[in-house]
Amino acid sequence: MKPILQVKQLAKRYGDRYGCRDVNFELYEGEVLCIVGESGSGKSTLLATLAGRLAADEGEVTFRDANGDWHELSTLAEAERRRLARTEWGFVTQHARDGLRMGVSAGANVSERLMALGHRHYGQLRATAAEWLEKVEIGAERLDDPPSRFSGGMQQRLQIARNLVTRPRLVFMDEPTGGLDVSVQARFLDLLRRLVHESGVAVIMVTHDLGVARLLAHRTLVMQQGRVVEAGLTDQILDDPQHPYTQLLVSSIVQA
Amino acid sequence: MTLLIAARQLSKTFVLHQQDGLELPVLADVSLEVHAGECVALTGPSGAGKSTLLKALYANYLVQHGTLNILRHGRWIDMARAAPHEIVAVRRDTLGYVSQFLRVIPRVSALDIVAEPLIEQGEERETARERAGALLERLNIAERLWNLPPATFSGGEQQRVNIARGLVAPRPVLLLDEPTASLDAANRAVVVELMREAKARGAALVGIFHDEATRDAIADRLFTVPLARRHTKEIAT
Amino acid sequence: MKHSTSCKPQTGLHREGGRAATGPYSPYGEEAHSDADKASNWRYNFGYLDENTKRMLRRGLLKAVAIPGYQVPFGSREMPLPYGWGTGGIQLTASLIGRQDVLKVIDQGADDTTNAVNIRRFFGRVCGVDTTEKSADATLIQTRHRIPETPLKAGQIVVFQVPEPEPLRLLEASEVETRKLHAHQEYGLMHVKLYEDIARFGHIATSYDYPVRVNGRYLASPSPIPKFDNPKLHQSPALLLFGAGREKRLYAIPPYTDVDSLAFDDHPFEIQAWDTSCALCGSHDSYLDEIVTDDAGSRMFVCSDTDYCTSRREDAR
Repeated sequence: MKPILQVKQLAKRYGDRYGCRDVNFELYEGEVLCIVGESGSGKSTLLATLAGRLAADEGEVTFRDANGDWHELSTLAEAERRRLARTEWGFVTQHARDGLRMGVSAGANVSERLMALGHRHYGQLRATAAEWLEKVEIGAERLDDPPSRFSGGMQQRLQIARNLVTRPRLVFMDEPTGGLDVSVQARFLDLLRRLVHESGVAVIMVTHDLGVARLLAHRTLVMQQGRVVEAGLTDQILDDPQHPYTQLLVSSIVQA
Repeated sequence: MTLLIAARQLSKTFVLHQQDGLELPVLADVSLEVHAGECVALTGPSGAGKSTLLKALYANYLVQHGTLNILRHGRWIDMARAAPHEIVAVRRDTLGYVSQFLRVIPRVSALDIVAEPLIEQGEERETARERAGALLERLNIAERLWNLPPATFSGGEQQRVNIARGLVAPRPVLLLDEPTASLDAANRAVVVELMREAKARGAALVGIFHDEATRDAIADRLFTVPLARRHTKEIAT
Repeated sequence: MKHSTSCKPQTGLHREGGRAATGPYSPYGEEAHSDADKASNWRYNFGYLDENTKRMLRRGLLKAVAIPGYQVPFGSREMPLPYGWGTGGIQLTASLIGRQDVLKVIDQGADDTTNAVNIRRFFGRVCGVDTTEKSADATLIQTRHRIPETPLKAGQIVVFQVPEPEPLRLLEASEVETRKLHAHQEYGLMHVKLYEDIARFGHIATSYDYPVRVNGRYLASPSPIPKFDNPKLHQSPALLLFGAGREKRLYAIPPYTDVDSLAFDDHPFEIQAWDTSCALCGSHDSYLDEIVTDDAGSRMFVCSDTDYCTSRREDAR
């Protein structure tokens, strides 16, 4: 198995201060990686830098595309980066309004990426969108409703459909459950878990919820003050944490 | 018979940073070899590190020293050093773990929980569900429960669902952490039978069996986990 | 003659015997200079705009012609009429117009509506050029919301008044982002709009300002012309220029350029069609306006292009 993402000595600065630094890891096909840590630990900065939304100041991020070609993000032309973002990546945001077009129908939201790839058959686009709404448990009958009329959980599920419809190989997720009620979270996570399993997509997800990491992630990176203080298998990190900060995090979980 | 597990000189010390760096040595210089078709029962007083050894073998706990080789597709993989994706692969098709407690996944039915390891190994969904159902039936889980998430099941039912999940996929190495605890005699007999079938298939089993009858029924030999020298010291940091 | 429009003011300059290009111009001709009163009232530069502004506009237009469909920013000037009344179109016309030009101005196809009459009179006063209502006679046509029915000819220039030059604006509010979308040719978003049309109305309901792809590259707004006129943009022998005064953008479709109207495979681009023909001239292939003729709801359909309709009726007589 080959990695699809290689991260070496990655750092992002804000002025004199590091948002994240000395980040190294490899991600393999179909792997789910969670980045955990408290607010301000640099996890969202790291995610945005990995996704090329922020320019790295040090180190490199290389991505292997479907043809097997490697791309180093910092030297990649903007056009090429956007092409990757459109075809090979997805990005699910914490707030649905940042990731959806709230004014257009759910069907158009799901179809947009397909149309961006050149799909020009309305009937097929609509059928595909309906199929995906079913898959994310929204129901095809809501195809023509705008997401502004959806609940928070439905909006997040619509984001998932909108991103997965083009079968990306890597999806970035920034606290996708952050704004959801606990009861709604469970449904979302279960669905996500199933879709990720079925599609074999690799996922890098930022979360502050260790329970989410436990449920979804093969691997976890623990961040503190911009650095990765511990990395490894999720169950190992949660059951046998090594770093003082990780031990503190794990011991702070409220047992249900 | 083929050697499947070769653990050499394992050492494991817990460092509790929350308690001023308190050190708890649990495993010290432990070596264990297990062959195909063999079942080894771990023994030793409570707190001797039986569970820790089992979890270390599964790479759930990190060991500080030693090598921890598992044979996968004819190649040794050192679980103490393997990359996470390799460990995931070993767990998928080579190394199974049956614990006492089911970690319930919201909204996933008992049948799907049990079928999942098979599907991950590449089995067709329908076949996997059929085999999962057959196993649940042997473990006396009423069919009306199959399509319900086990969150509401009784403790014994949850445990049997978890045993089914751990045993459904034929893996060559099985780690069993008190698989029969709190089961009634009938279900205990079924689990023993399942473990025997795994042995007959050529699987290597390592288990903790509190219940002596079960241990006698399944274990080929005992392995006493040596007590690590317990000295606690404060780390000055 | 009309091809190299940027030379025209110089031509005028020579004719006036070496008078400075920035010198005043009197709509009453040379003799008016003797009349102090009139001269002080009407001492505008030729074409109202100063020469530097015209030069700036012409440079922008050259760039626009060189990159068909690309929106060129320009320093839009305050004009003696409000935004939305064609300030962009007027500035383009002012930068292009020469003394030999014959100007036609239409609004919704008509030469006799307020906007058209005012703009025509404005240029008559600040340039003293000939004006016409005949499409065929005009060298320069400023238009709001129509392209004349009479086929355009090589050498003609059509100036379109554009309220919103950015076809993606309704879907993407950020100018930074829309510029990127253009730069990277990411036009999937435009189809989102058409998708929504079909989802809501069963067909592409966009009937005017129908988005086009120019020369296979830039997505552009054809201005609020009915989609009936879109085919006339394709391979037009005339130079088509677009000016948006409030948004400070100009763009061009040079002669003989491919212009495609966007569509779906199973919902191809279609133009409007009527069951009836023009009540006045009998044309059945022109764009028709519906006119309510009394309080009882009686109505008639007539050509929106008044010149075309009138010519046909004259020819028939």
